[in-house]
Amino acid sequence: MFDPQTRRKPMNPYLGGALAGLLVVLSVYGAGKFFGASTTFVRVAGYLESTVLAERVAAMPYFLKELPKLDWQMMFVAGIFLGAFLSSLLGNSFRLLPVPDTFAARFGRSAGQRGIVAFLGGILAMFGARLADGCPSGHGLSGTLQLSVSGFVALACFFVGGLIMAKLLYGGR
Amino acid sequence: MDLWYGLATGALFGVLLQRCEVLRYDRQLGALRLRDMTIVKFMLTTVVVGMIGVYGLLDLGLVKLSVKPAVLGGNIIGGLIFGLGWGLVGYCPGTAAGALGEGRLDAFWAILGMIVGAALYAEAYPRLLETVLTWGDLGKLTLPQVLGMNHWLVIGPFAVLVILIFRLFERLRL
Repeated sequence: MFDPQTRRKPMNPYLGGALAGLLVVLSVYGAGKFFGASTTFVRVAGYLESTVLAERVAAMPYFLKELPKLDWQMMFVAGIFLGAFLSSLLGNSFRLLPVPDTFAARFGRSAGQRGIVAFLGGILAMFGARLADGCPSGHGLSGTLQLSVSGFVALACFFVGGLIMAKLLYGGR
Repeated sequence: MDLWYGLATGALFGVLLQRCEVLRYDRQLGALRLRDMTIVKFMLTTVVVGMIGVYGLLDLGLVKLSVKPAVLGGNIIGGLIFGLGWGLVGYCPGTAAGALGEGRLDAFWAILGMIVGAALYAEAYPRLLETVLTWGDLGKLTLPQVLGMNHWLVIGPFAVLVILIFRLFERLRL
């Protein structure tokens, strides 16, 4: 499935970013929606929890604030999955890969180890994103492009935290 | 209708993220290790184009802004926690969905972790609401409001700054 010979060169990130910028503008104009992703994870968590603990979830303030329902953003996140899937199939870059190359070169090819790191990182990232009231989509793109103070503050902190963790994991390498 | 717009917008965004390889752990860590600025180029270009477009339409009265309140306690502490997690997982919430789409199986564990993280946050929320989320609450604030300037006087210099950053990246071959 993965053959370096037939692999297409990636799209220029300036071109891709500019097209994504036009897409944001179109979305705000056409649907009144700015990009965001992390609230969807709250809705999914609320939905999953409510299947076993319905009464408890119904009384939790945060799940009352972000009700477990299908909305624009949840479809947007599903769309990213779908778009990436189709694009990678057509572009010959779909690759079933349990451990990313960079991670494997540093820590080995154990899928279990990588899975645990990804799981723990995911917990931390989402807890932080909800506390910050947004992720790199909601704050990093939508917040900064509206020149909101919260967007710039959060985006700077995302990178500071990320740089620290990358330094801890990879050192100078 | 909203739902279909969401799906279509997400799918197009997913194609762009995938074609630029922004979804990859290697690219995201590349930026955090200051070796490969692909994701930063993508992100900042999106921001500048989006900024000009959205504020242009705002001046014409065609769109509304949706500014999130600046709560410095939450933005800063949450932002740092997110960053530490991001360095471990190598995907953000949106790109994790896309990474799974292009077959990156570790993104499955990332997404599972993110759902657990959201559930834990919901548990902690009442206590956080009384503490961290009251620290430095400035309300819905934008840079032009802080500086007391017309928004184009902020957008112009911002765009120039971004172009200078891009020139630096290209000069350093990042």
